[in-house]
Amino acid sequence: MGIFQMTKTVLRNLAGGPATRQYPAVPARTGPLTRGHVVFDPATCRSCSLCSKRCPCEAIRLDKEAKVWEIDRMRCIACGDCVEGCPFGSLTMEPEYFAPVVEHVVERYTITYVKPEKPAKKPVDESAGA
Amino acid sequence: MPERIVVPFGPQHPVLPEPIHLDLVLEDETVVEAIPSIGYIHRGLERLIEKREFTEYVYVAERICGICSFMHALCYSQGIEEIMKIEVPDRARYLRTIWSECSRLHSHLLWLGLFADGMGFENLFMRSWQLRESVLDVLEDTTGGRVIQGTCKIGGVRRDIGAEKLAEMHRALDPFEEQCRNLGDVFLNDETVKYRLQDLGVISKDEAYALGAAGPTARGSGVAIDHRETGYAAYGDLGFKPVVETAGDCYARCAVRVKEVYASIDLIRRAISEMPEGPLDVKVKGAPDGEYFSRVEQPRGEVVHYLRGNGTKHLARARIRTSTLANIPPLVKMLPGAQLADVPVVVLSIDPCISCTER
Repeated sequence: MGIFQMTKTVLRNLAGGPATRQYPAVPARTGPLTRGHVVFDPATCRSCSLCSKRCPCEAIRLDKEAKVWEIDRMRCIACGDCVEGCPFGSLTMEPEYFAPVVEHVVERYTITYVKPEKPAKKPVDESAGA
Repeated sequence: MPERIVVPFGPQHPVLPEPIHLDLVLEDETVVEAIPSIGYIHRGLERLIEKREFTEYVYVAERICGICSFMHALCYSQGIEEIMKIEVPDRARYLRTIWSECSRLHSHLLWLGLFADGMGFENLFMRSWQLRESVLDVLEDTTGGRVIQGTCKIGGVRRDIGAEKLAEMHRALDPFEEQCRNLGDVFLNDETVKYRLQDLGVISKDEAYALGAAGPTARGSGVAIDHRETGYAAYGDLGFKPVVETAGDCYARCAVRVKEVYASIDLIRRAISEMPEGPLDVKVKGAPDGEYFSRVEQPRGEVVHYLRGNGTKHLARARIRTSTLANIPPLVKMLPGAQLADVPVVVLSIDPCISCTER
């Protein structure tokens, strides 16, 4: 009947438990695809700078000379474009959201990738681009 | 003759999620005139197109609105694809449709909750948002973002939904539809809801059409305009009939949205069962040169992205007209005659999305 339309739902709600999560005690729900924050691996980065070119919000900066890779977490929108574009798998997306901070910090990494020595069979002039 | 007074409504008001200001001219408790003013959250996103490459602007377009984010990205992408003559693969079109309808579901459920809250039905509000949460969970599982999906790109989509997940979604649709129908029953049949909404904020079919109403505001008055009928994405294959009510009051607009929830569930079900196999995207080469009016039906109505490219990576001009902007003139027409206490309900009935409107 008209005015008792909600009664069924109310009774069900009384019988059922809460629909919400007790947040700090129970962790927030995330999925395997959740875009939380970008993680950089300085050991595999070959300084191609595709990530900084692709970044729509100019959060990533790369200094090829100094071998420094920087990410401004305040600018990053976790769109995942850099992760998708990285040809060497140096960037990954983790599902956890980045922890809140109280001051503007730029995360700085020194790239530790070392180009493996080619087994010197015969002297070939290096014409292939990087 | 009673004295006229002006009561400011908004930009900060308990029922308004976003800032819009109305100067309500009252005679006793009755509204005789409403003067809207906007401009509180203009962000200059149209101008930003000159600074971002056309492929990057998809992310900006997606952030125009926090609710119909996927549809803004879709509308923008379709515009660029049309200019560049890119044929989107079938599977991408179907995935776009599924995500669009999921967005519509969560937008309508959000609105139903806000509307229930606006008319003082707290329990119903919580119930709507509980259902919305399950849609957001699906969106997060399939795209990685609850409200900013980030899966639409020029030339296709970024992610696939696996066969297993699609089957799971398909199985979950039946119980979800039942829950939605239980919720919809309260909105459509409860006497207190009817008493509050019927004959409130009436706008006739001719007025709605003449004032350029869009979306459920127009369809609630009997104007059967739904842009999905033109068959963009996979709507052409799936077949679609717009939901229309004729009364033109707040109850009719609410009924349109409730029934669109059912229609969206049905569209998702059919899209999943007819999902074709194939690639997700095509490679985009070159830069857009030309102009196009891209139109997509958002939860609130039709959105128009006008895009003009000049053959470089940066577009020359973007112009975005969203549905709330189109719905403000009908709102101004609806308000005279309403009681002051009913103003929040009437304002909410057009589903105002001000961040869309001001971009």
